[in-house]
Amino acid sequence: MKLKAILLGACSAAVLAGVAQAETLTIATVNNGDMVRMQKLTDDFTKANPDIQLQWVTLEENVLRERVTTDVATKGGQYDIMTIGTYEVPIWAKQGWLLPLDNLGADYDVDDLLPAIRSGLTMDGKLYAAPFYGESSMVMYRKDLMEKAGLKMPDAPTWDFIADAARKMTDRSAGINGICLRGKAGWGENIAFLTATSNAFGARWFDENWKPQFDQPEWKNTLDFYVKLMKDAGPAGASSNGFNENLALFQQGKCGMWIDATVAASFVTDPKSSTVADKVGFALAPDTGKGKRGNWLWAWNLAIPAGTQKAASAEKFVSWATGKHYLDLVAAKEGWANVPPGTRTSLYKNEAYLKAAPFAKMTLDSINAADPKNPSVKPVPYVGVQFVAIPEFQGLGTTVGQLFSAALAGQMSVDDALAQAQTVSNREMQRGGYLK
Amino acid sequence: MSTSHSRGLSRLMMAPSVGLLLIWMIVPLAMTLWFSFQNYNLLNPANVGFAGLFNYRFFYTDPAFFQSLWNTLAIVGGVLLITVVGGIAIALLIDQEIFGQGIVRIMIISPFFVMPPVAALVWKNMIMHPSYGVLADMARGLGLQPVDWFAQYPLLSIVIIVAWQWLPFATLILLTALQSLDGEQKEAAEMDGAGIVSRFIYLVLPHLARAITVVILIQTIFLLGVYAEILVTTNGGPGYASTNLAFLIYRTALLGYDVGGASAGGIIAVILANIVAFFLMRAVGKNLDR
Amino acid sequence: MARAVSPRRKIAFTLLAWSVALLLFFPILYTLITSIKTEGEAISGFNLIPSFTLENYVEVQTQRDYWKPFSNSVILSLLSTLVALVIAVPAAWAMAFSPTPRTKDILMWMLSTKMMPAVAVLVPIYLLFRDWGLLDTRTGLTFMLTMINLPIVVWMLYTYFREIPGEILEAARMDGAGLWGEIVHVLTPMALPGIASTMLLNIILAWNESFWTIRLTTTNAAPLTAFIASFSSPQGLFWAKLSAASTLAIAPILIMGWFSQKQLVRGLTFGAVK
Repeated sequence: MKLKAILLGACSAAVLAGVAQAETLTIATVNNGDMVRMQKLTDDFTKANPDIQLQWVTLEENVLRERVTTDVATKGGQYDIMTIGTYEVPIWAKQGWLLPLDNLGADYDVDDLLPAIRSGLTMDGKLYAAPFYGESSMVMYRKDLMEKAGLKMPDAPTWDFIADAARKMTDRSAGINGICLRGKAGWGENIAFLTATSNAFGARWFDENWKPQFDQPEWKNTLDFYVKLMKDAGPAGASSNGFNENLALFQQGKCGMWIDATVAASFVTDPKSSTVADKVGFALAPDTGKGKRGNWLWAWNLAIPAGTQKAASAEKFVSWATGKHYLDLVAAKEGWANVPPGTRTSLYKNEAYLKAAPFAKMTLDSINAADPKNPSVKPVPYVGVQFVAIPEFQGLGTTVGQLFSAALAGQMSVDDALAQAQTVSNREMQRGGYLK
Repeated sequence: MSTSHSRGLSRLMMAPSVGLLLIWMIVPLAMTLWFSFQNYNLLNPANVGFAGLFNYRFFYTDPAFFQSLWNTLAIVGGVLLITVVGGIAIALLIDQEIFGQGIVRIMIISPFFVMPPVAALVWKNMIMHPSYGVLADMARGLGLQPVDWFAQYPLLSIVIIVAWQWLPFATLILLTALQSLDGEQKEAAEMDGAGIVSRFIYLVLPHLARAITVVILIQTIFLLGVYAEILVTTNGGPGYASTNLAFLIYRTALLGYDVGGASAGGIIAVILANIVAFFLMRAVGKNLDR
Repeated sequence: MARAVSPRRKIAFTLLAWSVALLLFFPILYTLITSIKTEGEAISGFNLIPSFTLENYVEVQTQRDYWKPFSNSVILSLLSTLVALVIAVPAAWAMAFSPTPRTKDILMWMLSTKMMPAVAVLVPIYLLFRDWGLLDTRTGLTFMLTMINLPIVVWMLYTYFREIPGEILEAARMDGAGLWGEIVHVLTPMALPGIASTMLLNIILAWNESFWTIRLTTTNAAPLTAFIASFSSPQGLFWAKLSAASTLAIAPILIMGWFSQKQLVRGLTFGAVK
C-alpha cells in the first residue's frame, strides 16, 4: 500500500512537472503484416506529437490474446493501447474494461467506418474500439483450373456448385486438390470456418434458450458435407491446416479453391510470393439457398483499457492509426495495395485503390453481407458469425474444434464428434449458468 | 558426527533456501487452493463466489480428463524411454575413439540449447509438415505417401520433439558416468573373455544405474508439465489424442479464463505428480542412496 | 593408456557417430540454412543450398530491436543464476557435510515444488506481481527464474559437495581454519568445477524458460523468448524470417554451450558418479 502511495505520488509529481515530460505509450499488437508496417510508419505520428513516445509489444495472436486478457481482467495496467478482435470488444466493453472513444478528433469521420464493422464495436451508441483492418471470408479460385474443368464460377456460388467443382478440379497425380479448407483445431481456426459455414446450412450453436444444437440435423449436414468433400477433394493432412498452411498450398498452386479470410487476397495476388498471382478469381462465400452465406466478419481493433493513465495520448494515437490520413500515408509510402483494408467506405470509392486491388469489390460485398446480429437462418441469442461472443467460447470452441478435426482426420465418426460436442457444450453452458 | 554447534550452523546455512522455497511453495499453493474453491472466471468478475468442490468435480468429469492422464504418462514414459535408451547408446558411441570427437559432441548436445517454442516451430514447419517438411520431401522422393505426423501420430510426434530436446541432457549425464568407469575394470573384464553383451549387462549397466535414476527423476519433473510443444503443434488434437493434463489446465486457464477450474486442475496435477514421484522413488530411489 | 584401437573399428565408429550427430543436429542446421534462404526457397521443398541472403536478418532487426531482449536475456539468466548460487551453496554444503536423516526428504521436497503446472498459478502469481509492482521488471523476473531453478541448483551442488572427502574438511578444522578459511581454501578449489557446471546448466535453463518470461513482461524486461513470440505464426508464411529470428534467439546460448562443452561433459554428473 505504502509503495503504491509513493508511486502514485511520484506519478502526480511527474504530471505536475509539466507537459514537457514525454509520455510513453505501451501498445500491444499482433504480429501480422499490416501491424508491423504501422510500426515502421510511426515517425509521422511522433513528429506531430513530440511529447508522446511509443513502445511496442508485438506478439503472435494466441499469446497476445492471453497477455492482454490477463492484464485487463486483473487490472495489471501494463498497456495503454491493446489490439483486440471483434470477439473481445463486446465482452470487455460490457465489463467496463474499455474506455469509450469519444475524442477521436474532428476529421476522424466515424460515419465513414463500414457499418457492419462499426456496429460490432459499438455498445449503447458508443464506440469502444477503432478498427485497424477488417475482413470477411470469400472464395478464392484458380481461373485456369476452373476453365479446364469446363465450369464457370458465378459471383455468388452455392455449396453444391463448389463441391461439384472441387471434385472435378481435383487431380491428385498432378498435386492439385480441388479445395483447401481449414481443419486445424482451434476456435479461431477450423471452428471459425465451420461455424460460419454452418450458418449457410441453417445450423446454429445455441437456440434462443442457450441449448446447444449439435444434436440437430443441420449440424450433421454441415459436418458430413465438409468431411466428405475434404476426403474427395482436399489436401493430405488437412486436419493440421490452418490459415497459413492453406495460404502456402494455394500460393504454390496446389489448391483449386480456397475459402478463407479476404485479407488473403492480397497475398495470393502478390507475384513476389504467389506462383498463381495472375490466375486468381474471387467469389462470395457459398450458400445453400437458405438465405445466409457463410461469410464471417472480423476486425483487428485498437482499444484503450480503462486502467490507463494516458488516455488522452492513447486516443490521439488510435485516431492517427485508424484515421483516413494513415491510409494516405501507407499509399504514399508503400502503394495502395498495401493499405489496411475493410474499415472505411471512402477507401472503396477511391479509384486508385480499386485499381490496385482487384479483390476490393468482392471484399466490400462480403463484409457488407455479413450480419453478426443475425448470423443464422434461425434466431440465436448471441452475436457473432464465426464465433459466439460469450466468455466461454474460446475454451469451448477449441474443444469442439479438436473433435471436428478428429472427425476430419477420420479418427472419429461425424456422429461421435457431434455427440461429444453436444456433451461438452452442455457442460460448459451449465457451468456458465446459461442453462438452469 | 556433527556437534550441536555445527548442526545449528548448518540449519542457518540451509535457512535461506528452505525458507524461500517454503514461501514460494506455500503462497501460490494457498492462493491456488483458495481459488479452487471459488467460482472465479476472469472474464466474468461479477459472478464470484464460493463454489465448494464444484471446480474439482467439473475438472475430473471433463470428457478429456482420463485420456489426458494417460497421455501425460505416455509422454513422460515415451520420452524417458527414448532418452534413456538412446542416451546410453549415444554415450557409449561417443565415448569411443573417433575422428572429430569434439565436433560430434557439440552437435549432439546442441538441441538442449534450443528453447522449447523454437524447437516446436522448427519441427512442425520444417521437419514434420506434410507438404513442406523435410520428412514429406523424403517420402515423396522414395515414391511414398508423406506421413501426416500431427494428424496420424499426434502423441508420437510430441514425444519425438520433446525427446529430441532432452536427449542431449540424458546423454551428457550418462556420458559423464560412463567416463568414470574404471578403464582397468573394463580391461580386466575383457581379459576374462566376457563378451560385449555380458560386459554391458554386468559391468556398464550397474555402473550407470545411478545416472539413469538421476535422468529419470529430473526429466520426469519437467516432462509432467510439457504443454508449449502441444500448443504450437497439435493444439491437443485431433480429438483429445494429444491433450495432456498440463494442456487441459492451459485450456481451462488461458482459453476459458476459468481461474477456479484451472486452480482445481493445478491441485489435482500436484497430487498426481506426487503419486508418480512416490512410485518412482520406490522403484528407483534406492539407487540414489548407494 | 588404453590399447590402440584398430583403424577399421575407429572408422566404423566415426561414421556411426557422425551420422547420429548429424541426425540430431539436422533441425538446427536446417534452421540456419533456411535463415539465409529467400522466403520462396524456404517453402519450395528440401534444399540444402540457400542463396545466402542476409535480407531476413535485416528485416528481423528492422521489425523488432534485437539488442534489448538480448541484453535482458543475458542479464536475467546471469543474475538469476548468481542469486540462486549464493542461496544454494550454503544449503547444499550443509546438506552434504552434516547430513541428517531428513536430508534426502528435504531434497525431494525441494524438487516437488516444481510440480505445480505453471499455467495453473498464472493468475495468482500475476496478481502478486501486480500488487508488488514487479510486472515487467528485471527484479521480478530474476526472482521468478531464481525460484524455479533453485531446487535443481541445490540438488546439483549437493551431489558435487558430497563427493568431497569429509576428511579434508576435518583436517582443515584440525588446522584451526575457521569457517571462512574452510570455504576459501578447501571447498572452493575442490567444488569449483561443480559450481561451474551448475552455473552453466542453470544459465541454459533460465535462458530457455519461455512461460513466465513472456507472461510477466511487456517491454522493459522482455527477453529473447518474447522476441521469438513476435515472429512465430504470423499471418502468412515467413519461415525464412522465422528461422532468422530463431537463429538469433538460440545462437548466443548455443555458442556458449559449444565453448563450455568440455566443462558440461565433465561436470554434469548430478552425483551420478560414485
